[in-house]
Amino acid sequence: MTTTAASNTEGAPVVRSEEDKTVKCVVWDLDDTLWSGVLLEDAQVALRDDAVRTIRTLDERGILHSIASRNDHGLAMAKLHELGIADYFLYPQISWRTKSAAVEAIAKSLNIGLDTIAFVDDQPFERDEVRFAHPTVRCFDAADAGAVADRPEMIPRFVTDDSRARRAMYQADIQRKIIEDEHRGSPDEFLASLGMSFTIAPAGEDDLKRAEELTIRTNQLNATGYTYSYEELDVLRRSPDHDLLIAGLRDKYGTYGKIGLALIERSSEVWTLKLMLMSCRVMSRGVGAVLLSYLMRRARDAGARLRAEFIATGRNRQMYVTYKFAGFREVERDGTTAILEVGDAPIQDFPPYIEVIVDEATTRSRQS
Amino acid sequence: MIAQQIRDKIAAYLSRFFPGHELGDSEDIFSLGFVNSMFAMQLVNFVEHDFGIEIENEDMELDNFRSIGALVKLVERKAS
Repeated sequence: MTTTAASNTEGAPVVRSEEDKTVKCVVWDLDDTLWSGVLLEDAQVALRDDAVRTIRTLDERGILHSIASRNDHGLAMAKLHELGIADYFLYPQISWRTKSAAVEAIAKSLNIGLDTIAFVDDQPFERDEVRFAHPTVRCFDAADAGAVADRPEMIPRFVTDDSRARRAMYQADIQRKIIEDEHRGSPDEFLASLGMSFTIAPAGEDDLKRAEELTIRTNQLNATGYTYSYEELDVLRRSPDHDLLIAGLRDKYGTYGKIGLALIERSSEVWTLKLMLMSCRVMSRGVGAVLLSYLMRRARDAGARLRAEFIATGRNRQMYVTYKFAGFREVERDGTTAILEVGDAPIQDFPPYIEVIVDEATTRSRQS
Repeated sequence: MIAQQIRDKIAAYLSRFFPGHELGDSEDIFSLGFVNSMFAMQLVNFVEHDFGIEIENEDMELDNFRSIGALVKLVERKAS
């Protein structure tokens, strides 16, 4: 199920200026902000209801939370666990250094821009310090904590299932990174240890917001760079001459969400891949070739030649390599645009380390 | 760089992907497991960076990357 949080419920493009770029992470102070009182003076500090309500509301919209507090790290973390809200915060920065340094460390760890961060603190001095170092960070007084969720920059255009699971996805990534750093052995053995399962299904109406987001946000693993709006994708999804497929990935640490998209234009003899993209979060998982292998088999079973468009953008060479190593060859070229076609090489079986689940509806012939 | 050095460097690089398996010079590496996009990209990057050559679109064919022997030939041809 998908809901729209923005006032624009029809999904028409909303042009946002830089100033009202949606916030991706809110960074909270602790003493007299998240809780009433100062922890080092009073071990019985109580959570502020308005702050907690805002945190829960934003979390459901896919906006992340973190902490910048001058405090004793061990003591403060223990208190957060005791209060049952530690899980909301990613990369909490609790130390005696400046808040601007803490905010910067959080942006870096999450790999997001400072202009997508908001900061809440009861001390005017701290807000000024952060604002001075990072003018694009949105700073709020803790007294307004309860109203923060109503601000326009806290209302994403879409709230998808992927947004709601965003915090869990980041937490799972933290887990995986630790395991990968410790891994000794071949890359395939590491992939096998993840227990991945990859799903391929026709994009449903619920998937279109995420699909639009993928076409806009994906650069490196994007074969053509075409962007499509929600409405265009909705038309293509229903078109008898097109297949719009969306792919998801999960492993034993949790879900990566919907991470891949393919658009196929079908005629009786030739199928053309207009769009093939994978989220950069799954770049090292090798799933692009799995989706391609599936599409190659499906075209072959339908007796069609499979072609793919490729437009070099300077950042997407990996997609060209993926096509070529999957057995595609270039049959036409016009400047940076190439048409590739599957040759006679045998199609690879799916790798043993990944379970591939194909939604039955995709195998049903829709040719009429 | 002489052919033997090129060969040894390529063999050493590939060995990390196939631990516990002694790769023959003409052995088809793509028959040993699934060719994922990450491996393909890493292999192209390795050949370009470690031998200072540029793999052009027309060089990017499976047969040029299929075995240690094929890779040696590719490097020698591009470096000359």
